[in-house]
Amino acid sequence: MAENIEKRPYKANLEVYSETLQRLAEKDSGIIAVTSDSRGSGKLVPFGEKYPEQIIEVGIAEQNLVGVAAGLASCGKKVFATSPACFLSARALEQIKNDVAYSNNPVNVVGISAGVSYGALGTTHHSLHDYAVLRAIHNIIVVAPADNYETEQAIQQAADWPEPVYLRFGKKAMPFLKDDEKDEVFKLGKGRVITKGDDAVIIACGETVYPALEAASVLETEGIATMVISMHTIKPLDTGLLKKAAEKCKVVVTVEEHSVNGGLGEACAAYLMQHSIFRPVKIMGIPDEYTVTGSQTEIFNHYGINKTGISDAVKNLLQNVSMDKADK
Amino acid sequence: MTSKELKIKSIEYRRKILQYIVKAKAGHTGGSLSCVDVLNVLYNEVMHVSPENFTSPDRDRYIQSKGHCVEALFVVLADKGFFPEEDLNTLCRYQSHYIGHPTRKVNGVEQNTGALGHGLPIASGMAIAAKLDHKAYKVYTLLGDGEMPEGSNWEAALSAAQYELDNLCAIVDKNGLQITAATKDVCSTDPLDKKWEAFGWAVREVDGNDVDALKEALLAAPFEKGKPSVIIAHTTKGKGVSFMENQLKWHHKVPTLEEFDKANQELENAAALLL
Repeated sequence: MAENIEKRPYKANLEVYSETLQRLAEKDSGIIAVTSDSRGSGKLVPFGEKYPEQIIEVGIAEQNLVGVAAGLASCGKKVFATSPACFLSARALEQIKNDVAYSNNPVNVVGISAGVSYGALGTTHHSLHDYAVLRAIHNIIVVAPADNYETEQAIQQAADWPEPVYLRFGKKAMPFLKDDEKDEVFKLGKGRVITKGDDAVIIACGETVYPALEAASVLETEGIATMVISMHTIKPLDTGLLKKAAEKCKVVVTVEEHSVNGGLGEACAAYLMQHSIFRPVKIMGIPDEYTVTGSQTEIFNHYGINKTGISDAVKNLLQNVSMDKADK
Repeated sequence: MTSKELKIKSIEYRRKILQYIVKAKAGHTGGSLSCVDVLNVLYNEVMHVSPENFTSPDRDRYIQSKGHCVEALFVVLADKGFFPEEDLNTLCRYQSHYIGHPTRKVNGVEQNTGALGHGLPIASGMAIAAKLDHKAYKVYTLLGDGEMPEGSNWEAALSAAQYELDNLCAIVDKNGLQITAATKDVCSTDPLDKKWEAFGWAVREVDGNDVDALKEALLAAPFEKGKPSVIIAHTTKGKGVSFMENQLKWHHKVPTLEEFDKANQELENAAALLL
């Protein structure tokens, strides 16, 4: 399944972010991008050239970036406050909490080059805490689109979303998850079922959905039917879909480009446990350590976030389930 | 308002600040008393904002960055009719909207503040929006001298100058004291005027408890075309009550009933002298 998809041309979600914002700005002068010397890394140079009045540059000053964005949003602007995720979600966390979420200024906080996109630059530039900290803040939704389709849809919906939104993008070109999205309805807050299956469910978000899909291909060849969900909205979690999938499948594996602490996996596990849906769960992500350096792919491989690692995790869990049954 | 009326108004506000702090058994007494003249002049003489136009995109905007002195803001907003004054009887009570910092749940409050160093960036964003929309409204924000070491203020000072926000006016309530000690002994930001100037702002210094001087300065902003304005308002913490003035302990000490009576009497006497 994944092989066919790679034939379709695709680009980095960041580029789709910029192109979508330009399309929106063409029709709406209220669309404003605020950047902290990050228009280059945010692929917003063409946006700035086309709409110089609609890009606000505050320099390398993330706290001010978010405060200014909140002020603009309070005056009716549709603001996309763009900065590397590592700084935005840490340095400006109090501004996100108070000026955006608590004050209900519907800013779109856009974390770029997230996760381990800046792999070789090391820990200072990795953003592996953003889901965890933002999940703990009321009145902001957390979104990590997987492919170009999800990105375009998410941005379009975020522009008119009445509450604050955190959007997270990596740097790598991301293949489409499906051959065709015809007749699909993308909705913020609703998970997207990519493949169907009732042996195992892999729930992933952002740039880990594609390796999850590749793992499902491997599993398929071994007779294991896997449901893959792109849980692009980490908060609020689509608990209806999670419940349905977990009840149907024997095991649950979650995958994310984030610390295993406090992210998508823990959100899923907490829901399942608290609703008495007892399934073996494996949370895959970056363990509680400072990551090795390398490219995003090398780091993913190091931690088993690839087709082999993910498919092995599924098989191990399934094996444990059958051993448990045999014991009984 | 005449100068005398404004002065009497400030005394009235001070009495109410103390009254509601005593009732709530909580509040920031010293700072509210130091900054209330600024609020008096802003709301009664300078800003075009009222309960009637509060949803209008053309209204002037005020952000209280030093949010802990919310009692001054609430008393002035009640006086301007944004909400019934008796609501303040619930100040800091269980489930009240009138909490110890400004929140938008209270009519007339523009933004939720309280954590320091947030007002100036938000006010800058509003001022940029006014420029983008070619609107004439102005944005005012009140900062405490104790919050000046917050880096976000200086980030905002830089970008506000870069964007030539002459529709933005910051007022620093420079009462010289913060919770621990004198501001100059904690983390001095002096010479404050030179710092703002170096960041590209037009600066004026006034006696921040002199309503006439404040009115003159606030109405004169912008002081220079193409530059944001800052008024360094030299004030006295605990202003108006002899035993509270310049006393560190009154940062957030709540008066006893006896102290309240004494303070009230002093303020009444001061008002009587003006009549």
